[in-house]
Amino acid sequence: MISAAVLLIIVLLGIFAPWIAEHGPNDAALSAVNAPVGAPDYPLGADQNGRDIFSRLLYSINTSVVSALIGAAVAISIGLTCGLIGGYFGGRIRGGIEWVFNLIMTLPGILLLIVLMPLTKGDFRVTMLIYGVLLAPGIYRLVRNVTVGVRNELYVDAARVSGLSTLRILGRHVMPVVQGPVIISTAFLMGSAIGVQSGLAFLGVGSTEVPSFGAMIAYGFTNLYVDSLQFVWPALMLGVMTASFVLFGNSLRDALEGARPKASSVSKSAGSKGPARHEQAPKNPGDADALLSIENLHLTYPDPSGTPKPVLNGVSLAVRPGETMGLVGESGSGKTQTAFAALGVLPGEASIPEGSIKLDGRELIGLSERQLRGIRGRDIAYVPQEPMSNLDPSFTIGAQMVESLRAASSVSRSAARKRAIELLGHVGIADPERTMRLYPHQISGGMAQRVLIATAVACRPRVLIADEPTTALDVTIQAEILDLLRDLQAEMGMAILLVTHNFGVVADICERMAVMQDGRVVETGDVAEVFRNPQHPYTQKLLASILDESVVRDDDRVLAGESSEGIN
Amino acid sequence: MLAYILRRVLTGAVLGVLVTFLTFWLLSFSFDGVVANVLGPAASPSAVAALKADLGLDRPLIVQYLDWLGGVFGGDFGVSFFTSEPVTDAVVSRLGVTLSIVLIALALSVVVSIILGVLAASRAGVIDRVSQGVSLLGLLLPNLLIAIVLVVVFAINLRLLPATGYTPFGESPLRWAASITIPVIVLVINGVSNMSAQIRGTMIGELRKDYVRTLRTRGVPTWSIVYKHALRNAAAPALVVLSLEFIAMFGGALIIENVFALPGFGSFAFNSSIQGDIPVIMGVTVFSVMLVVGVNLLTDLINGWLNPKARIY
Repeated sequence: MISAAVLLIIVLLGIFAPWIAEHGPNDAALSAVNAPVGAPDYPLGADQNGRDIFSRLLYSINTSVVSALIGAAVAISIGLTCGLIGGYFGGRIRGGIEWVFNLIMTLPGILLLIVLMPLTKGDFRVTMLIYGVLLAPGIYRLVRNVTVGVRNELYVDAARVSGLSTLRILGRHVMPVVQGPVIISTAFLMGSAIGVQSGLAFLGVGSTEVPSFGAMIAYGFTNLYVDSLQFVWPALMLGVMTASFVLFGNSLRDALEGARPKASSVSKSAGSKGPARHEQAPKNPGDADALLSIENLHLTYPDPSGTPKPVLNGVSLAVRPGETMGLVGESGSGKTQTAFAALGVLPGEASIPEGSIKLDGRELIGLSERQLRGIRGRDIAYVPQEPMSNLDPSFTIGAQMVESLRAASSVSRSAARKRAIELLGHVGIADPERTMRLYPHQISGGMAQRVLIATAVACRPRVLIADEPTTALDVTIQAEILDLLRDLQAEMGMAILLVTHNFGVVADICERMAVMQDGRVVETGDVAEVFRNPQHPYTQKLLASILDESVVRDDDRVLAGESSEGIN
Repeated sequence: MLAYILRRVLTGAVLGVLVTFLTFWLLSFSFDGVVANVLGPAASPSAVAALKADLGLDRPLIVQYLDWLGGVFGGDFGVSFFTSEPVTDAVVSRLGVTLSIVLIALALSVVVSIILGVLAASRAGVIDRVSQGVSLLGLLLPNLLIAIVLVVVFAINLRLLPATGYTPFGESPLRWAASITIPVIVLVINGVSNMSAQIRGTMIGELRKDYVRTLRTRGVPTWSIVYKHALRNAAAPALVVLSLEFIAMFGGALIIENVFALPGFGSFAFNSSIQGDIPVIMGVTVFSVMLVVGVNLLTDLINGWLNPKARIY
C-alpha cells in the first residue's frame, strides 16, 4: 500500500501546487533561461523559456490526474455496464452492443484524437473524454468474456433457477469474478490515459498553455545538449505516477481475491520435523495391518498476519486393505484437509508441523513432488466432491483420461485410449466413444462423476480417497454412484476412504467409520457398533440430529431408482 | 464457421463505411483550414474558393463522401493534396515499416510475457518478485524516456545503432535490423510489462482451481499441469490483452516513429492529420479499420478454439 501513499502524496502535491511553487507554470523570466538545478528560486532549474521546471512539474500532476480520472471513469462506466449486459444476455442484445463497440474499436485511436483537434480546440479534458470512449471496448471485451464464462457456470444456473433477479445475479455472482480483471485494467487505463495525454502533448497536440509532462519532455528533449537533466524530471514523475497506479491495482486485486499462496512449505517443514516428532505420537493398536495410516497429523494455515492457525490437531486414522472407511463430521471439522494431506495436494501455504502419513509402511510426508507423482494414480487415487469444476473445461473427456492414464501407467496413447473407453463403459456410460469426444460442459454432473471415478480407478489403486463423492449430485444418482463404488471395490479390492457428512451414506457403504470434530478424530469403530452404541458425546449428538434423514436414505425405492441421467 | 467469418467480414465492411463517414464528417469542419494550408497564409478568398471548387470540397458532404466511397470500391483511394502521390501506394509503402516493427515487437513480447507470467505464477518467491520487477520497470519508465535513454546510450554515446532513420530490408538487412532495434525494444518493454502482469494474474487464479488439484492426484507431471492445462485456460483472457496490445502498439508506433523519424504508418498518419491531407487521412482510416476488424476476428476465432464454453459462433 506504499503505492497508495505515493499516489496520495503526488495528488496532494498537485492540488497544493499554487501554494508550494513560487512561480506560475507559464511565468517566463528572461533571467532564468536554462537556469541550472538549485538556482535561487528555481529548485529544479528553468527551461529554455525561463519557466520554473519545479512549478510546471507540480501543475502537470493535475493535468495527468484529471486525464487519468476522465479517461478511466468514462471507459469503465461504459465498458463494465455493457460488458455485463452483453455477456449475460447474449442474443440480440449482445449483438447490438457488440456492433457499437466494434464501431468504436475500429476508430483509429490516437489518430482520431489528432484529427479531432479542430473540435476539441486542444482542450485535453475533451480529448480524454473521447479517449475514454475509445478505451471502453477493451474493458467491454474483458468483462464480456469473463461474464460469458461465468454465465455457464453451475452456480449461476443455480441462482437463476432459484429465482434470483438478473440484477442480483450480476451483482452477487458475476461482479466478484469480473472485478479483479477490471481493477487491474483500471490501473492500466489510468496509466495509459496519462501516457497518451503526455504522448500527444509531446507531439505538440493540444494547448501550449497547459503544463504537461509530455510537453516538458519535448522541451527537455530538444534541449538535450544544453541541459540533459531537463527532460529527466517530468519523465521520472510520469514513471512514478504510472507505476504507482499499477502497484495500487495489483495490491487491490490481491486484497479482493485473497493473497496468493506463500512458497510451499509442506515438504520442507514436515520433512525436517515430522519423522523426529512422530515417535511421541500415540500408537493406535489396530495399526499393524493398516494400508493407509495417518498418525497424529497436525496441519496449519497462516492467517492473514502470517501466524500459523491450526486446522488439524493430531488426526489419527487407519484404513485397512480392501475396507471402506467412512470419515464423518460437520463442515470445517477437517475431513477434506485430512484427505488432501493424504494425497499430498495441500496448497502451498499449508504446513505440517508434525505427524505421519504412511502408505503400506512408506512415509509420504517429506517426499518430493516427483516421488509423490509415482504413487498418485497408481497406489492412491482421488474422487472429488464437485464433478464439474474438477474436469479441465478446455480439454475433452478423452484427452483428460488418456493423459491421466499415461501419467500413472506409461502405456501407449492408443492403449490408453482403449482402456479409457473400456473404463467409461464399465462405469455405466452408455456411449463411451462419443463421450470421449465431449467437453466437460456437455455432460451431466452424474456423468462427470462417473468419468472422474473411472479415471481414478483406471490403474487399480490400492486406496481410493473419495471426498463427498455424492454430495453435489441428484439423490437417485447418489445411490447409483455409491453402488458403482461398491461394485468397483468388490472387483478391484481397493480400500476406500469415504469423506462424507451423511450418516446415511456411511450406513449404506462403509464397514468402519471415524468421526471428526475440530481437527481431531474423536471416535473410530465398526459402523454397526458406532450406530448402536456411540461412545463420544459428539457422535451421539450427530447421530441424533441426522436420524430423520437416514430413514429417508434407506428408502428402498430411492436405492432402486432407475437411472435418469444422460447426455445433455 | 465459414459463414461466421463471412458475416464478420461483411459487418466489418459496414463498420468501415460508418467509420469513414464519421471521420469524413468530422473532417469537414476543418475544410477551410486545409485549403488555407495548401495555398499558404497569403491566399486571397477567391483563390481559396477556386481551390475548394477544384478539389470538390464545395459540394454537399454526402455527395463528396459517396464519390470517395465509389472510388474506394473501385480500388481508387485518391491522391494526396500535398504530394499528389496515390494514397494506396503511400500507405502500403509506409505500412511495411510499421508492421516490421510492431510484429517483431509483438512476437517477442508474447514469448517473454508467457515465460515471465507463468514462472511468476507457478513458482512464488524470487522468480515472482523478479518478474514483477521487470513488469514494473516497463511501466515505471515511460516509452518516451526509454526511447530517449536508449538513443543517448546506444546511438549517441556508444555509436552502435543509428539514432534515427530507417534502412529498408532490401537495401541492407543488417542496417535494417540496426535501424529498428531501438524502436522494437521500446515497444517490447511496454508490451511485456502489460501482458506478463495479466498472464501472471490469470495463471494464479487457474492454478488454484479444483481441476489442477485433481490432475495432481493422478500423477500428471507439473509441467503439463502448468503449461498445458492452466496456460490453456489462462490463454483466453491473455489473448484479449494480446489483441488490444497489438492495436495499442500501432498507436504507440505513432509516437515512436515520430521520435525516431521512421517513415512508418504512424508518422505518416500524424503528419497528414496535422496538414489536413483529407484523402490520405481517409485512406489511413480505412486501413486502420481493416486492421482492427481482422485482429478482432482472429482473436474471437482463437478464443473459441481455446475455450469451448465461450464459442460464440
